[in-house]
Amino acid sequence: MTLSAPRPTSSVVARSSDVAEGGRYVVAVRDDLHIGLFRFRGRLYAYENTCPHQGGPVCQGRLVDGVRERLDAHRHSLGLAFDEDDPHIVCPWHGFEYRITTGEHPGAPRFRLRSFAVTEENGEISVAL
Amino acid sequence: MPEPLPSQEITTRTHTAEILANARRDTERYGLDEIFIVDVDSHHAELNSWRDIIGYVEDPVLRDTAEQMMVHRPQAGQLALSNYKAGLAFQDAGSRIPHQSGLAEPVPVDGNPRDVELVRRAMDAMSIDVQVVFPQPMLEIGLHPEPGIAVQLMKAYNRWFVEQILPGDPRIKTMLGLPFEDPAACVETIREFGDHPDVIGFLVTSQRHAGVHRNEYLRIYAELEERGLPLGFHAGPSWQDSMTATMNRFLSVHAMSFVTCNMTHLTNWIVNGLPERFPGLRTIWIESGLAWIPFMMQRLDHEYLMRQSEAPLLKQLPSDYMRQMYYTSQPMEITDLKLLEATFHAMDAENTLLYSSDWPHWDFDVPGRVMSIPFLDDTAKRNILGGNARKVFGL
Ligand code: FES
Repeated sequence: MTLSAPRPTSSVVARSSDVAEGGRYVVAVRDDLHIGLFRFRGRLYAYENTCPHQGGPVCQGRLVDGVRERLDAHRHSLGLAFDEDDPHIVCPWHGFEYRITTGEHPGAPRFRLRSFAVTEENGEISVAL
Repeated sequence: MPEPLPSQEITTRTHTAEILANARRDTERYGLDEIFIVDVDSHHAELNSWRDIIGYVEDPVLRDTAEQMMVHRPQAGQLALSNYKAGLAFQDAGSRIPHQSGLAEPVPVDGNPRDVELVRRAMDAMSIDVQVVFPQPMLEIGLHPEPGIAVQLMKAYNRWFVEQILPGDPRIKTMLGLPFEDPAACVETIREFGDHPDVIGFLVTSQRHAGVHRNEYLRIYAELEERGLPLGFHAGPSWQDSMTATMNRFLSVHAMSFVTCNMTHLTNWIVNGLPERFPGLRTIWIESGLAWIPFMMQRLDHEYLMRQSEAPLLKQLPSDYMRQMYYTSQPMEITDLKLLEATFHAMDAENTLLYSSDWPHWDFDVPGRVMSIPFLDDTAKRNILGGNARKVFGL
């Protein structure tokens, strides 16, 4: 007999109005499962509020755009700049940053947040648990 | 509909228990409440109490100078006479790591200084039974331009800490910083506080330009050896060294200078045969992580074998002496488990490593960090979390 993996169940976790454009909303889905919802350019993302580094509350950190170093044609550094196309969530415990759009650490993608499929219908947001 | 978390964003005003709520999960997962955990390196923010500490400066003229500064200069209430370096303000990575910026959470007034309650909150959140608490910018006091002021401030801070913080909770301990610019004052400090039950050792604040092997310091080591009290070396950052002055990012400064100050003192300590001259004195190397240890073992052994005539007091290899010293664990560089395992083996970590959180610094380690190391057995984990500290400090 083969056992198939249980199908994820979809749970309503927030109202659409809870997650502003460019903002975040962190909910306790269960005692042992907190999820951060993020909306960027109209799209929703859902990640577990547990950092792959040491388990910190990553979704409750600072939302800040990723930093790039600008180089000129001669590869001289022109200094640092924020990249508005690449918002990051920063884990407040030790500063690991993750791309909101992928859940990956920008410098070491093997560190990635656990993500959940997310849907939005009739003013409600659901995640697949 | 599930409830939103009370703090959507953790800031400097968030309660420590909430910042560290996820550490409680480790407590359940690993049964940490059943394990004796000693945190050998943590910090409180002495600049928040700077006015009180200045009141403890013995020299009346210097104290008056500081008090006048605090009256007439807007920022001096938290800085007067200190050598707080602007570079330290980079530690929080642009406020990405708020607990490093400051713990500004509300604390009810219950007769104890605020710092006592903050330390308790951290201990409770991380299931820590005993916490060794150190200051922060005072660890840079060895770089103060005027040795006389450095001595006065260290003495004032020590007296303030012993009178105001230590009585607040029996779980709080410390290793008091020695006013190292003045060896006689160091000995006085040891004699004055060495019998205090919560002063469990003394400290050389490592960021300084002093040869710790020089003859004038030996009376300090003899005093500690006789009393059976350990000597710690606590590392710190400096952006002003000839080496770090080349650097443009705090990452670079932190990576190098927190290690090189302890590497320097350890090299002088071993090459000059201090382990042979003070065989009963236990030394602890604090807040430099672990990755430097196998490097130093190989490097010093290699050089010693070719230049024995420059270190004639040694009867063993430098690495043998290093295995008889103690090291605090934080920040444990877990990026390559094979290298970490080799490091643990090289340093005999089961018997020499002391867990430390370094809370509330930006690169702190929770106790679960030790529990999660796959190649350690249960005895090794318990030794590192508290058993070794129990032995070193006689707890
Ligand atoms: S736990 Fe998130 S950065 Fe360390």
